[in-house]
Amino acid sequence: MNLDQALATYIAESRDLLGEMEDRLLHLEQDPLDGDAINALFRAVHTIKGSAGLFGLDYVVVFTHVVEHALDKVREGELTFDAELIAVMLSCRDHIDALIEHVSACGTVVPEGELPARGEALLDQLRQRLLTQASAGLPVDAESHRTAEVESCGREVSGDNWHISVRFGQDSLRNGMDPISFIRYLGTLGEVVSIVTLFENLPSFKDIDPEACYLGFEMSFKSAADKETIAGTFDFVRQDSLVRILPPHSKLSDYLSLIQMQDPASDPKLGDILVNCGTLTRQELHDALAFQQRTAADTEDHVAPPLGEILVGHRLVAEEAVNAALQKQQQIRENKARENLYIRVLADKLDHLINLVGELVIAGASANLLARRQGDKGLQEATSRVTHLVEDIRDQALQLRMVEIGDTFNRFRRVVRDVSLELGKEIELQIDGAETELDKTVVEQIGDPLLHLVRNAIDHGIEPATVRIAAGKPAKGTVSLNAYHDSGSIIIEVADDGGGLNRDKILKRAIERGIVTPEQNLDDRDIYNLIFEPGFSTVDQVTNLSGRGVGMDVVKRNITALSGSVELDSQLGAGSVVSIRLPLTLAIIDGFLVGVGGSFYVVPLDMVVECLELSAEERKSALERNYINLRGEVLPFLRLRDLFRENGKAGRRENIVVVQFSGRKAGFMVDELLGEFQTVIKPLGKLFVNLQGISGSTILGGGEVALILDVPALLQMAANKEMQVTAPFARAVATL
Amino acid sequence: MEALFELHGNVHTLRVKGDMTIYTAEALKTHLLNALCVSNTLEIDLSAVEEMDSAGMQLLVVVKREAQRLGKKLSLVQHSPATMRVLDLFNMSAYFGDPVIITARQA
Repeated sequence: MNLDQALATYIAESRDLLGEMEDRLLHLEQDPLDGDAINALFRAVHTIKGSAGLFGLDYVVVFTHVVEHALDKVREGELTFDAELIAVMLSCRDHIDALIEHVSACGTVVPEGELPARGEALLDQLRQRLLTQASAGLPVDAESHRTAEVESCGREVSGDNWHISVRFGQDSLRNGMDPISFIRYLGTLGEVVSIVTLFENLPSFKDIDPEACYLGFEMSFKSAADKETIAGTFDFVRQDSLVRILPPHSKLSDYLSLIQMQDPASDPKLGDILVNCGTLTRQELHDALAFQQRTAADTEDHVAPPLGEILVGHRLVAEEAVNAALQKQQQIRENKARENLYIRVLADKLDHLINLVGELVIAGASANLLARRQGDKGLQEATSRVTHLVEDIRDQALQLRMVEIGDTFNRFRRVVRDVSLELGKEIELQIDGAETELDKTVVEQIGDPLLHLVRNAIDHGIEPATVRIAAGKPAKGTVSLNAYHDSGSIIIEVADDGGGLNRDKILKRAIERGIVTPEQNLDDRDIYNLIFEPGFSTVDQVTNLSGRGVGMDVVKRNITALSGSVELDSQLGAGSVVSIRLPLTLAIIDGFLVGVGGSFYVVPLDMVVECLELSAEERKSALERNYINLRGEVLPFLRLRDLFRENGKAGRRENIVVVQFSGRKAGFMVDELLGEFQTVIKPLGKLFVNLQGISGSTILGGGEVALILDVPALLQMAANKEMQVTAPFARAVATL
Repeated sequence: MEALFELHGNVHTLRVKGDMTIYTAEALKTHLLNALCVSNTLEIDLSAVEEMDSAGMQLLVVVKREAQRLGKKLSLVQHSPATMRVLDLFNMSAYFGDPVIITARQA
């Protein structure tokens, strides 16, 4: 691990922690006394600060130190979270975020200009707050008083010093962890009064591995920092190094701190923890365990009292030490559980894996095809089994890229909070389907359009409280985010219970702007969706008109770029819903293979409804018009042969593939139906970007290229064609 | 990193130029081992050392201990600011016991 990688990890981790901070703060706004949340908040800031010190990011340390201090006061009950403090803390979080951004851009270069000025202003606010509340002498409840006392055992420094003893692991240097930087960093927390460098482990000259670290240190350290802060210095080497920190007053507090320092070994026993830190001897533990067994045998139900009780009861250890050890035991178990859950992998590696799986699918299809041609039963069986496995692997590989959308949704809690405060509206964000999964790249790119929609809903959708009450609605508005799966797509809905869109105004505006003509027969849904048209609106005019449409065309463009679609439905007075439909993944789809002339085309299977064979009579009548009668329904269709100018002899039969997309149906006339086909999407080159009706290509088992049809675009084309035929007629009727 | 090995009278001098860090530790070890093999009195000239880390310091400790074991005389001379900083940080100047000259410019 070199320093750059470590720094990248630090930045990624800090971002996660900042996300957690935001969640916790928003939670604390509702429940300001939640101890878990306060502790988590403290830990997050503490970790960011501790690691920043290791990288020499002093400007991060300086800022986070004050924030950490304030949170510590909250932990001890000297400060309480109120709306004001939450607001300051949120700003501090944002500032740390900005600092981390700066780290990622410029590294250790100290930022200049606005950034430090803003930081200083925030710190002033915090310090102010610390002063006023401290002098006000807030009543502290007994519970927090007690914990404050226990914790302060190791914090009080009056003349005497901490003792730190460290034995660095052999790999420390190779991992880029030079003892020099640790000692230098300690220098920022306090003063290293004396230091003894130990090299008893240093082998002879011949045997030494010059890249290994054999050093150990005994230090006397003077600092007002608390134990966690000092211990935090060694976070990066804790894994393979031995670190012991003794607080200035070595009494009960020693044991407590040593318990904290225990090596995270596999599932620890309470007794072992206490023995290891020296508060209990082996013999004492042995006796206590024997006593425990005796008691179990004596009692009727054979239930022994817990070991901790015995130890305290026999005055072998103090109650505080047992409590601390029990807590540590719990913590180690939790950490183990969490370690097993996740593993960080570079996105590139995943992409590569998925690419390979894609190739595997193609190769598998080819083997399958050849086996079928050979007619060998055994071979066919084998290949079909392979195909089955490859399908499973494909699904699993794609699953790896899937992330829950919940994190993205949760970010909007902050947006809703901030914007509604700014506008003086009371708004609640409701989140459903947070566990819905979709492709990571899609998640990353959907954030901006969603943000836009959410802001729009708050800004223009939800009416002011007075209007709402007059309309008989609750004063508190609701914006809801919802996600769910629907036939191979994911649907994300942004809904509000506001005023809804005014159909007539939008239509009037669209006609003024020349987007539609007055003669066009549009239903409500078509009209609402006009707001996504480019050029429908400019900012100031639309806010006056309907209060919607600011940059909605940009939203639509972003979503279309992800091969998704967006629609809006609205009810005047009751609210609006914007639904975004996105593909689950962009890499592999289940396709339906068809042949036209000598070429192959793939229709995404999710969109295929049915296939029809045209009778001779229907074929004849279909020659003259572009629609057929499908069980009494008018179905417009496109002749792919004409559309793509395919030559080749027409087949004896013609088939129609009926496709459906977001409520619209159309047919594609093709020569041959070839069946289901797993399609690995190969994007088209730059040259073909403007090609209409084709969204990509794929390679068939036999090596032929098949083009993937862009169904939404073709549907639009079919609809337009129908319009061209029927519009003159409609106009003729209108003028009569 | 470069190391120049010279003989002045009966004193060998190993002049280390560049970095004494983990990146150069392997090469440095070879230089030190070779130098100590052939000399009874060895001076390690640190004036051109631009950077030193724990790995570099460790090697100096090892070579000093080895020299003591073999009854040879080894001293560090002409400490550069970079090396002095590290020796001070680790409080190791006394261990080597060599006079450290602080020039007016450095002070």
